[in-house]
Amino acid sequence: MPLNSLDGLKEHKARLSSNAPRNGRTLVVPAGTCGRASGADDLIQAIREALLQKGLADRVQVRVTGCHGFCEMEPSILVQPEGVFYCRLKTAHAERLVEATAQGEVVEDLVWADPATGARIPRQEDIPFFRKQRRTLLSRNEQVDPEDMDSYFRAGGYSALLKVLESGDPQWVLGEVKTSGLRGRGGAGFPTGVKWELLAKQPNTHGKYLVCNADEGDPGAYMDRSVLEGNPHSILEGMLIGAYATGATDGILYIRNEYPLAIKHVKRALEQARDVGLIGQHILGTDFSFDLRIVQGAGAFVCGEETALIRSIEGQMGEPRQRPPFPIQKGIGGKPTGINNVETWANISVIIEQGAARYAQIGAARNSGTKIFSLVGKIRNTGLVEVPMGITIHEIVYDIGGGPVGNADIKAVQTGGPSGGCIPAARFDLPIDYDSLAQAGSIMGSGGMIVMDNRTCVVDVAKYFMGFLKDESCGKCFSCRKGTQRMHEILNDITQGRGTREQLDLLEELALVVKDTTMCGLGQTAANPVLSTLRYFRDEYLEHVEHHRCPAGVCKPLISFSINDNCVGCQACAKRCPAQAISGERKTKHSIDARKCIKCGTCRSVCKQDAVEVA
Amino acid sequence: MNGMINLTINGLPVLVEEGMTILDAARFMGFPIPTLCHMDGLSPYGACRLCVVEIGEGPRARLVTSCTYPVEEGLMVRTASRRVIRARKMIIELLLASCPQSKVIQDLAAAHDVRQQRFRQEHEDCILCGLCVRMCEEQMMAKAIGFRHRGAKRSIGTPFDVHSEECRLCGGCMYVCPACQLRCTYTEPDKAVCGACANLSPPCIEKAPFDDMMCYMAPCVACEMKKD
Repeated sequence: MPLNSLDGLKEHKARLSSNAPRNGRTLVVPAGTCGRASGADDLIQAIREALLQKGLADRVQVRVTGCHGFCEMEPSILVQPEGVFYCRLKTAHAERLVEATAQGEVVEDLVWADPATGARIPRQEDIPFFRKQRRTLLSRNEQVDPEDMDSYFRAGGYSALLKVLESGDPQWVLGEVKTSGLRGRGGAGFPTGVKWELLAKQPNTHGKYLVCNADEGDPGAYMDRSVLEGNPHSILEGMLIGAYATGATDGILYIRNEYPLAIKHVKRALEQARDVGLIGQHILGTDFSFDLRIVQGAGAFVCGEETALIRSIEGQMGEPRQRPPFPIQKGIGGKPTGINNVETWANISVIIEQGAARYAQIGAARNSGTKIFSLVGKIRNTGLVEVPMGITIHEIVYDIGGGPVGNADIKAVQTGGPSGGCIPAARFDLPIDYDSLAQAGSIMGSGGMIVMDNRTCVVDVAKYFMGFLKDESCGKCFSCRKGTQRMHEILNDITQGRGTREQLDLLEELALVVKDTTMCGLGQTAANPVLSTLRYFRDEYLEHVEHHRCPAGVCKPLISFSINDNCVGCQACAKRCPAQAISGERKTKHSIDARKCIKCGTCRSVCKQDAVEVA
Repeated sequence: MNGMINLTINGLPVLVEEGMTILDAARFMGFPIPTLCHMDGLSPYGACRLCVVEIGEGPRARLVTSCTYPVEEGLMVRTASRRVIRARKMIIELLLASCPQSKVIQDLAAAHDVRQQRFRQEHEDCILCGLCVRMCEEQMMAKAIGFRHRGAKRSIGTPFDVHSEECRLCGGCMYVCPACQLRCTYTEPDKAVCGACANLSPPCIEKAPFDDMMCYMAPCVACEMKKD
């Protein structure tokens, strides 16, 4: 039933919160793409069956939500209201878990255990991974069933929109967003309030567009996906508030096609919002009208760049164009267009609800608020972490991330995806904000954070990112298209042991020119992986070029495997060697036949005695 | 009527009409800027990046393509600063590495004193400057060819590589191609269009209907040579 007035929405919200189940517990199961991949669907089914069999369905609720962030430990369950966190569950655990929860007990052996001490920590907020975070956006994922609009209402949803509509003053909204100091979460860090003000000042003759950029394509980054999947209404609410403030008439959610679950949830959210009259003409009986639709990206990384994104929405090839004119002046179909990232939109309702002044206190100077990072790579706790800006890399990597896997040493993190750069461990005291990262030769980017340890070769990493960019460059600018190809060619030569000193100099010279002469953000930052690794790890490049050695033991043509005296003859490596290159009797030292060895590294990763050496 | 814009090019104060590009203004004042993908009568594209100039001051100085950048009030432009020259030479070196057989590119290299090519030599037929695509669309009103794919796979052609009904075999694409010349007898002489010139491999056109067709490269060096 459509809500025709502001009071109607208020009443609806009040009605929903009054008939919410008050007693009993809720099993919250994160089932984003990551959760489902690790088996959350089966777990949900097992839990529901167990609840029915034991007749506990009225005492224990199940809520299926988006990702909570601790992807490493999924499938997991959070018990509300106690906040007990169970991890790495199997369907066989369902019955025990359901019974214990109904009794208000904790199943000790299923809760998270500290890998260092083995101590069991039942409550989520006590787990180190969660303790240092400030989960403003991600904690909302725990409260909301993304397919159920009522759960968003119950969690306080659309009250920010209500506040905005009641104020009746777009200028106040602009002022709040400006005061909050929110900067664009897509990576460039342009102040959102300033962007909105520019859009509001554009003449509104044929309409204005607002776009939510959900073309998240960085390898290893999935913050936007999790927010869209887990809380689609928060994005709609943010865009509605943005439209009210800027006078925009049309909104587009540009979501990449590779995110089917996000598209499904946003589609459903749009239908629901339209049904109750929160999207369309005369929203809640006011003069405010705003329409929203989804455009699905077709798989080009470059379409995350705003001018390419506009062309893609227009149905043309995803190719950036020269700015000026900026999209804010001439965007989709020549109309003024304001483009913000998913996370930026998610922050809007938080700002309005809390008040801009309070929001501005979170984080560091000129870098307010929280930022979600996807922490991946050679680190113990992978997942999404939401931290206040200004926290140091050290805190993220060691306190939240739990440090290195095994006994390796962490040597660098790559921030900002392929357009970013790496930051060496020596500089981990660097605060994470837009300006510090740029100074260190990297970028904040949309929030990918890839951890590398001493078994990661930086030349190989640079080569990987350059290979990605070579394929994903739109190919319009000659310097970007050929520049990335040639950089990849040289990096490939170096990893194959064919590189020379001259090529290394040429690589650097070329990288600087590519950075200088390319038009869009993709090309201008395409050289960053090379330039930042050269800046901090030139020794490693030289080792490849001059001594034909790969210190990390990654570049296959430069390494050889051997077994040292640590070997206890357990035969673990010999059994798994795909080339049958390892021989040796049980309980005697094994050896590797160099002629058969394909250098896959399987033996090294299965050996518990550190007996496999790479040289 | 358009207003007038004051800007500085290489230290010289200049007054030009609003709406002009930096390239127009610089050429109007007699400052040479090399171009490859630019042609009067076709819309500016900014693909070859040869026409980069430096604008702005201090840390905010940056390179932009003069063919697409509109003049702005108070703009400080340098058409041949050290940074510009360094970039331009590297681009020419990259062009030489991909398409050494083009007379246009050879001349550019000679004019800019590019004497070495340090990359692995390739012989590509096309530098994807897009002149043919714009010629076909904007002057010949055919839209028979276009870009396909992205990144390293980008190429020019018709949809599904099928001969396009829109193509009238006007030869406009070949006429504007900077990579074609001197490729006449270079790669596949047996497939040559007029018997000598193999440069006619515009990706859109099947070679079969060209048996009796005259060459659009006037004068075609290879044909001339064959006559002798």
